[in-house]
Amino acid sequence: MIEQKVIEQKIVEPEEIFFKARREKQFITGSEAVREAIKRANVDMAVSYPITPQSESMHLVGDIYAQGYLKDYYRGEDELGVMSAVAGASMGGVRVFTATGGPGTLRAFEMFPTWAGARLPVVCAFFCRGVNSPLTIQPDTIEIGFMLDTGMLIFHAETAQDLFDMILKSFIIAEKPDVHLPIGVFADGFFVTHTRELVEVPPEDIKLPSYNPYMSPVPVMDMETPPVRQMRDPFVMKSNFISYAAHASWQQEVRAAGERARKHIKKYLGGFLETENEDADILIVASGTAASQAKEAIIRAEKEGIKVGLAKLKVLRPFPAEEIRRLVKNKKAIIVPEFNITGWLAREIKSVIEDNSRVVGAPRVFGGMTMPVELISNEIKKQQEALNECKYS
Amino acid sequence: MQKVDYPVLAGPEGYLSPSAASMGVVLPDEGEALVEGRIVPEEEAMEKIAEKLLSAKNPFFFPGPLILWAWNEKAVEKAKAVKEMTEVVPAKIIPMPDYRPKYPTINPREEINPNHPNLTIWHNKIDVCVFIGVHCHYANLALKIVRGGTNCYTIALCGEYGHEDAMITLRDVHTEKVRQLTEVIKRAKAERKGRR
Repeated sequence: MIEQKVIEQKIVEPEEIFFKARREKQFITGSEAVREAIKRANVDMAVSYPITPQSESMHLVGDIYAQGYLKDYYRGEDELGVMSAVAGASMGGVRVFTATGGPGTLRAFEMFPTWAGARLPVVCAFFCRGVNSPLTIQPDTIEIGFMLDTGMLIFHAETAQDLFDMILKSFIIAEKPDVHLPIGVFADGFFVTHTRELVEVPPEDIKLPSYNPYMSPVPVMDMETPPVRQMRDPFVMKSNFISYAAHASWQQEVRAAGERARKHIKKYLGGFLETENEDADILIVASGTAASQAKEAIIRAEKEGIKVGLAKLKVLRPFPAEEIRRLVKNKKAIIVPEFNITGWLAREIKSVIEDNSRVVGAPRVFGGMTMPVELISNEIKKQQEALNECKYS
Repeated sequence: MQKVDYPVLAGPEGYLSPSAASMGVVLPDEGEALVEGRIVPEEEAMEKIAEKLLSAKNPFFFPGPLILWAWNEKAVEKAKAVKEMTEVVPAKIIPMPDYRPKYPTINPREEINPNHPNLTIWHNKIDVCVFIGVHCHYANLALKIVRGGTNCYTIALCGEYGHEDAMITLRDVHTEKVRQLTEVIKRAKAERKGRR
């Protein structure tokens, strides 16, 4: 048992900490960016369990617990135990954080739709890695594809800066009474967690306002105060239409809450995507570090006289279907580079646009392979050649 | 999200009606309200609520746990203000004391439950109802089921951001706004009396 310290910090409005406070540059890893975000997030409790490449981030959160930034912190028995404990903490009305990745995500999987169904505003960082056998601990984003239909909101960070900002802002978005859903902030393992970059952070003596569980759309498990001595009672105790209709309506409401998040995401994240060269005929749509590689490929293409656009998706749930439809309206080719074998992002884009034969689900690497810029450059050249053939034939 | 002009009207809409949010209906900002899926100024929505309640054959209020239980001073004050509003209309009251599904069966004369609100509405032949003091998730749960299976016109007076699944919703409804709405109803009632 360590002596409980408390760090003195001033509570400020979210807008102050997100947009107005003076920021200083720190040369830190993605894991350290997690620590810096949690320092300022007024988190009550964190529960950890090690899994590469996430382990260091929650270890660092443990360090700041010892310094007095959190009220409680412990290591769970495994990821399912951790995510269940996190659910209990959130139901009890505290702001809670955890992180996992790869096999940890899959071991805990039952809890993610449970969090969403119970309307728990948990924020969880996921550091993506391969999950298949034979084992790889290396980067692979296949788990994002698995997570898309859990009912959680899904953000995808490209950089440590994104990771810092998204985690901090997620608490405020997740806790809005009309949203009140868990948010998964995903980042590509190693590429983001284990590399250093300049990250701009506000002062560490300020923090977000506390979570107010009495604004929750579901009763907080406050055992001292009626009327809230009730759990999310299951209703399918009888095989009848009414029970099933209630369950159906409940699921719809979880998805509706995701739709309501759009307004808040636009306000705090500045939109669902970031774009470059919107008027180009060829567009790359990417998320995470695939967007970093795409940016480099765009610079190289420009040197060769080919103009290429970029849409970096920051948010995958709710999916920015309208924004993508508008962006690709007059595009001749849409290149989607991905770090997974299934191509879940290409699939998502194909499902929301007209004439989806324009979507090129490539390049695709997986199992821990890197994505050399040349792979994207080759796709750009192929598409440009095809366009030239159309033009002159 | 499918962007369509989706009017949120009294049902019965169907076997499994969609959530209004999934059909592109967006919650109002401060000072605004929703009437049948359209964002309007709050004052306009209050007039519409008064009109609906005063022209109803059998209006009912469904107060939920947030104002049924004296869990803080504000809840007590709000409950008193709501009671006063029901007397002005006049409307009857059926409480929603908690959210646990009632097995083997609910007594629809005595209470309403968000998991099967249609049973209470059918039994009492309610044509206009007001949800107030119900936690947002459970209000939306009930409002969708009511729209799907009954012809009842729903009004949701929300202490937070409002409810797209109601035909009319006000947001930020605390004691003062309850009293403000009561005054609107009183005035509308007097005008109706003058026209007779």
